[in-house]
Amino acid sequence: MANFSIIVVKRLFNAAALILAVVILNFLLIHIAPGDIVDTIAGEMGGISPELITQIRAEYGLDKPLYEQLALYVWKILQGDLGHSFFYDVPVVELIWDALPQTLLLVITALSLALVIGTILGVIAARRPNGAFSHFITVLALVGFSAPVFWTGIMFLIAFASFIPLFPPAGMADPGLEPGSLDYYLDVLHHMVLPVVTLALIYLAFYSRLSRASMLDVLGSDYIRTARAKGLSDRVVVYKHALRNALIPIVTIAGLQFAQILSGAVLVEAVFTWPGLGTLALEAILRRDGPTILGILFFSAMVVVIFNLLTDLTYNLIDPRIRIGSKE
Amino acid sequence: MAEPLLEIKDLRVEFDTRDGVATVIDGLDISLYPGEILGIVGESGCGKSMTALSIMRLVPVPPGRIAKGTIRLDGEDLLQVSEKRMRGVRGNAISMIFQEPMTSLNPVFSVGDQIAETILLHEGGSKRAAWQRAVEMLDAVGIPVPEVRAREYPHQMSGGMRQRVMIAMALACQPRVLIADEPTTALDVTVQAQIFDLLKDLQKKTGAVIVLITHDMGAIAEMAQRVVVMYAGRKVEDGPVDEILTNPKHPYTTGLIGCVPHLSADPSEERVPLTDIPGVVPPMTRLGQGCPFAPRCSEAMDKCRLEMPTQSVVGEDHRVSCWLIENDGP
Repeated sequence: MANFSIIVVKRLFNAAALILAVVILNFLLIHIAPGDIVDTIAGEMGGISPELITQIRAEYGLDKPLYEQLALYVWKILQGDLGHSFFYDVPVVELIWDALPQTLLLVITALSLALVIGTILGVIAARRPNGAFSHFITVLALVGFSAPVFWTGIMFLIAFASFIPLFPPAGMADPGLEPGSLDYYLDVLHHMVLPVVTLALIYLAFYSRLSRASMLDVLGSDYIRTARAKGLSDRVVVYKHALRNALIPIVTIAGLQFAQILSGAVLVEAVFTWPGLGTLALEAILRRDGPTILGILFFSAMVVVIFNLLTDLTYNLIDPRIRIGSKE
Repeated sequence: MAEPLLEIKDLRVEFDTRDGVATVIDGLDISLYPGEILGIVGESGCGKSMTALSIMRLVPVPPGRIAKGTIRLDGEDLLQVSEKRMRGVRGNAISMIFQEPMTSLNPVFSVGDQIAETILLHEGGSKRAAWQRAVEMLDAVGIPVPEVRAREYPHQMSGGMRQRVMIAMALACQPRVLIADEPTTALDVTVQAQIFDLLKDLQKKTGAVIVLITHDMGAIAEMAQRVVVMYAGRKVEDGPVDEILTNPKHPYTTGLIGCVPHLSADPSEERVPLTDIPGVVPPMTRLGQGCPFAPRCSEAMDKCRLEMPTQSVVGEDHRVSCWLIENDGP
C-alpha cells in the first residue's frame, strides 16, 4: 500500500492548498465589497465621532495594511480561531458550533426522507416506464428541480401555516418549553415538517429520477432475464435481483451530495427562520458581520473539500481500477 | 416415431415497431422428441432466440406478443396456462442458458446462492440442503473445489466457469428441456469444446432434451441429431443432421454449410475458398408476399418473388420449403 500513502499525501496537500486559496479569496472579496464595517460598528454603539472610529480601527486591527490583516487572519485560522463576531460579540467558532446541529438535523432528515421515498418512487416508475405514474415522476422531477426552493417554501407557508394553520410558520420550538422535555421534542418535530418537506422536495425530484434511470438500466440487463428464466416472480426479480444493483449508483451519489448539504439549507432556513447556519449566514450578511461571513464560508469550504477527499480516497480503496495519480 | 415431448405448432410472434407490426416468427412448427439434441440454426435476426423466449413465455410484452399457435409440453399448452403455472415451468421443467455468460449472472450474489435460489424456489426444503445441492451441481459441471467456488461472486470467475455455473443452475431441478441459446459464442474455442462435451455428457446422464441454438453449422454437426434451419422467422428446412449436411435442399442451408471453414492437416492441399451469402436478413416489417430469401437467392425464379413456398417432404423426416423442390417434385 505504499502507493496508497503517496496518494493520501498528495491529496492532503492539494486539499490544504485549495482551502488556503478559498480563505484568501473570501478575505479579499469581503474587503472589496463596498461600505465600511467601522461605520456599522460605530453605528451599533450609538454614536459616530472621529475618535471612536480611530479607536475601533485600532482595536480590530483594521488600521493595518491589507496584506498584514490577511497574514494575521490566516495565522489565526491555523490556530483554530475564526475571529470575533462584530455583531454578536462572541467568537465565530462558537456561533458556528451552536448553529450546526440545527442545520444537520434539518438536512439529514430531508436527505434521508428524499433518498428512501425517491428510490421507491423511481423503482415503481421503472416497472412501467411508459405508464402514467412514470410520466408523473418525470413531471415531478422537472417541477422539483425548477421551482426555486424559497418559492416552494413560501407557498407552503401560505398554504399550511397561514391559510390552513396546520404548522407553525417560523422558528424551531416554542420558547416557553423546557428544552429536553418530551413536549419540546414534539414541538421541534412539528416545527420541522414544513422546512424538511421543502428541502426534501428538491432531493426527492433528483433521487426519483436517478433511481428510475438506474432501475431501468438494471432491468434491461442479462442477469434479470436469467432471474426470470429461473421462474422467479416479478416481485422477487425487481426487489431482490434488480434493486440491489440499482442502489449502487444511488448510494454513491448520495455520499457525494452530502458535501453540498449546507448550500441547500441556507434558503430554506431563511424562509422558515430556522436557527441554523443558513439563518446565521443571512444575519451576518445583513449586519455586515465580516468575520462571521468569512467563518461560515471557510467552514463550508472545509466540509466540501473534506468530503471530496474522503470520497476520492474511498473509491481508491474500493475499486482497484481507479488508481488516482498512478501511471502504470 | 415416439410422441413429441414438446410440440410447437403454427407459432406466430409479432412486435410493434415504429415502422408497423413486425412478424418475427410466422407459422413455425417444431417438435422435440425425448432424448434428442435438436439444433436450430440461422443468421442473427432469424427468430432463433425469439423461438426460445416464446417457449419460456418470456417474449417482452409489450412491444411483443405471441399472436397465434400452441406450444405443448406433454400435451399442456404453455401459451394458455396462468403466469403462476408458467413460473413453475421455468427453471424447472424447461430451463435456459444464454449467450453471454459474462453478464448473465447477478454480480451481487454468490454463485452458490444463485443456484440454491432455483432449488429452493421449485423444490423447497432447507437452505442448507439447497446449498449442498448447489455445491453438488457445481461439482457435476466440472468446477474444481466446488464448496469454495460456491461462495465466490461471478466477477471472480472466467467466462467458461460462469457458463458452467449457468449450466449447473439450469440443470439444478432436472429439467426435461434445456434451451441453450448460443452457449459458446462468447467463449474461446478450447472452452467451447469443453462446454459442448459437458452438455453432451450431461444430456446422456439426465436424459434432458437439449435445444441448441446457434449460427454455426459446425456446432450443429458436432452436437445435434436433428436440425431446424430458420430464415426470417420461418422454418425453411428441417431433418436429420447427417441428411441435411450431405444433402441440403434449400439454397439457404447450402449457403450456411458453405460458410463453415474446413481445417486441413495437409498445408499443401488446395484451400477451398469460403463462400458467403450476399446481403442480410431483411427487416421484418418489410417482408413481401414471396419467399423472404428470394432477394439473396442465386436460384430465385419469378414465382419465388410472388408466392410463399409451401412445405414439401423430401426424405424420411426431411422437409423443405422451396419452389425449386416443388418444381422437381418430391
